[in-house]
Amino acid sequence: MGWFEFVLDRYNYWIVIVLMMTGLYIVFARGNLVKKIVGLNLFQTSVFIFYITIGKIAGGTAPIYIDGELDHGDDAGHGEGVAAGHETVVGDGSESLHQAPAEDGANALPHAEEHASEALSSKIENTFAANDLKAGLESVEPSADAGSLHTAPDGADKIANDSLLHLEKPAAPGFEVEGGADAANALADVVHHSSEVIYTNPLPHVLILTAIVVGVATTAVGLALAVRIREAYGTIEEDELETMDNVAEFGDTAAAGLAS
Amino acid sequence: MNFAEQLPVLPVITPLILAPVTLLLPQGRAPHLFATFVSWLTFAACAFLLAAVSDVGVISYHLGDWAPPLGIEYRIDLANALVLMLVSGIAAVVFPFAYASVRLEIDERQSTFFYCAMLICMTGLLGVTITGDAFNVFVFLEISSLSTYALIAMGARRDRRALTAAFNYLVMGTIGATFFVIGIGLLYQATGTLNMADLHDKLAGNSSRVVGAGFAFIVVGVGLKLAMFPLHLWLPNAYAHAPSAVSAFIAATATKVAVYVLIRFFYSVFGFDFAFEAAAFTWVLLPLGLAGMFVASFVALFQEDVKRMLAYSSVAQIGYMLLGLSFATVEGLTATLVHVFNHALMKGALFMAVACVVFRAGSHSIDAFAGLSKRMPVTTWAFILSGLSLIGVPLTVGFVSKWYLLEAAFAAGHWYAGFLIVASSLIAVLYIGRIAEVMLLREPHEEGRYAIPAKDAPLSMLIPMWVLVGANIYFGVRTGLTVDIATRAAEALMLTAGGAP
Repeated sequence: MGWFEFVLDRYNYWIVIVLMMTGLYIVFARGNLVKKIVGLNLFQTSVFIFYITIGKIAGGTAPIYIDGELDHGDDAGHGEGVAAGHETVVGDGSESLHQAPAEDGANALPHAEEHASEALSSKIENTFAANDLKAGLESVEPSADAGSLHTAPDGADKIANDSLLHLEKPAAPGFEVEGGADAANALADVVHHSSEVIYTNPLPHVLILTAIVVGVATTAVGLALAVRIREAYGTIEEDELETMDNVAEFGDTAAAGLAS
Repeated sequence: MNFAEQLPVLPVITPLILAPVTLLLPQGRAPHLFATFVSWLTFAACAFLLAAVSDVGVISYHLGDWAPPLGIEYRIDLANALVLMLVSGIAAVVFPFAYASVRLEIDERQSTFFYCAMLICMTGLLGVTITGDAFNVFVFLEISSLSTYALIAMGARRDRRALTAAFNYLVMGTIGATFFVIGIGLLYQATGTLNMADLHDKLAGNSSRVVGAGFAFIVVGVGLKLAMFPLHLWLPNAYAHAPSAVSAFIAATATKVAVYVLIRFFYSVFGFDFAFEAAAFTWVLLPLGLAGMFVASFVALFQEDVKRMLAYSSVAQIGYMLLGLSFATVEGLTATLVHVFNHALMKGALFMAVACVVFRAGSHSIDAFAGLSKRMPVTTWAFILSGLSLIGVPLTVGFVSKWYLLEAAFAAGHWYAGFLIVASSLIAVLYIGRIAEVMLLREPHEEGRYAIPAKDAPLSMLIPMWVLVGANIYFGVRTGLTVDIATRAAEALMLTAGGAP
């Protein structure tokens, strides 16, 4: 069913359209001024979702610079840093499993880690690579169809711990001789490949933040006007307001004619 | 960092930063004097800017020194320098005018808020005009709209219908602005940029459905803001019930700025490469402009309220502007730009004359105008002269813009449009003539609700009003000034749009 998938794949757009039309319908069809404002809000909310949809990139991570966190990861001693290190390796491991035999992948893991820390000896480059690995984790997550996301870390945690032990040792040169060359190459590829960080586009979020501020201001002014209208007229129903204005302008007879 | 380099940002930040200061001033004369001072400062900055643009060509200012297309760019060419001059000029005349009128119509306690809101409204209008960033247009549009809603609602002290008018405007205006944002979003989705010049480059040859939808959303959104004929329903009540000084200011500026936005998007962003542009001109702007000219003029003919009559006449005048725009020629665009400028002069003067009548008679119903020439001759003649300008009598600005519009219509081969322009001007003769007849030939009410003392409005109102009336005649005689700028601006716009000159 091609069309069905076509519709399903774009579910966020359907939400936008349904919300937009619902909001506009409420604005037009409801006579109560506060309900009109609610409809207007719904209409604007659909636009917020639309903008967020524009900004989303498949596999992209939040556009936050994770420099500090990974600095710790190199020390491999501090709580948060270690956690980050773990995650990095987990992501890496599950990626390698797709490309190399399971044992080889597990063996090669520490070496890949060494490779990374060896090659990128300067601090900046080092954090950059680690950053990449973190991003790699994000992109891997959806592909972990072998098991649920919750079970994966349990097994992999052990591997990660092992790799950390290895990390604390001085880097062993010439690891290619030692490990399965295939797996190591594959991992090197992974390290290299993930150096292109994918971030979600932050600009639409910034834009919509501005639009949200405008929307809140509009709602505030609208509700304040509704309060003033209630003070002046004693009602906030549009048809009653119209009748009262007609009476004021043309006298009672016109209003009676309108009602009949 | 010298003064000249920072000049382009001054028209926006001067009123923006100084507006909240108004709130700190004591009630009474101070907020008004301060706001007037700010409006004159802004006007001076705009005048310098126009002179600079006229000399050196397009000025590009990078806000915070962030280079476009990522940073926000203020891009000033002759077209927006002209509109900037117009908005700040009208503000510089309306602010001194406002004091007496505002003191009568608005609660003393609200006066500081009133001048603050007026300054913010001016900031928004100037910002919309000056910016070269599509999203920035939305932000400034909403800054000006939100303050306009509040300003219109302040008319509630005299007439509670101002509240419902402001509410309706708020609903319609917000829908318009949100449509505009959706359009910008779609364009961003297709191009990944928000800078207008960059959008133009990246949209070249791209007539995909996303861009088409964005185009439609933008046209409808801006159409709501500028009161394009079937989308004008918010306008008459808003103008009729707002405080008189506010009517004079927004009638002269707000819709003109929206027309400018439409021109900017049609010519500087989409251009003639864009497949839907010609269709939009032929099937949307041209028929709607013509329909607006006639329907709104006819409705104006039967209004008992002079302010509402002028408001409907504004809708009709916007029809002329859309008409000139839709010819897609240098002549048509020149006519539109000239009419944007000229219509602001005449509508500003007309609404100011009504404000003077409201000041003495306390009403803007046509009954209050009976025999006015015997009670307030100075105001009466200001109204009649600017009314003649609205009709398009020679030696006034109205004649200049109608002349160029006619010329453009015949040059573009729309000869029937030329006849329709003349025909709708005849309706303007009727509705202005009706008021003139009441003012000149009827006997004034000796007693009753509309009896007014034989005393003209105070000088603080008469002088600014006559400045605008004088401008109506000055620019009607020295036609070269505006037409020259408008022609050069139109040629530049046409060049960007890629059309035949």
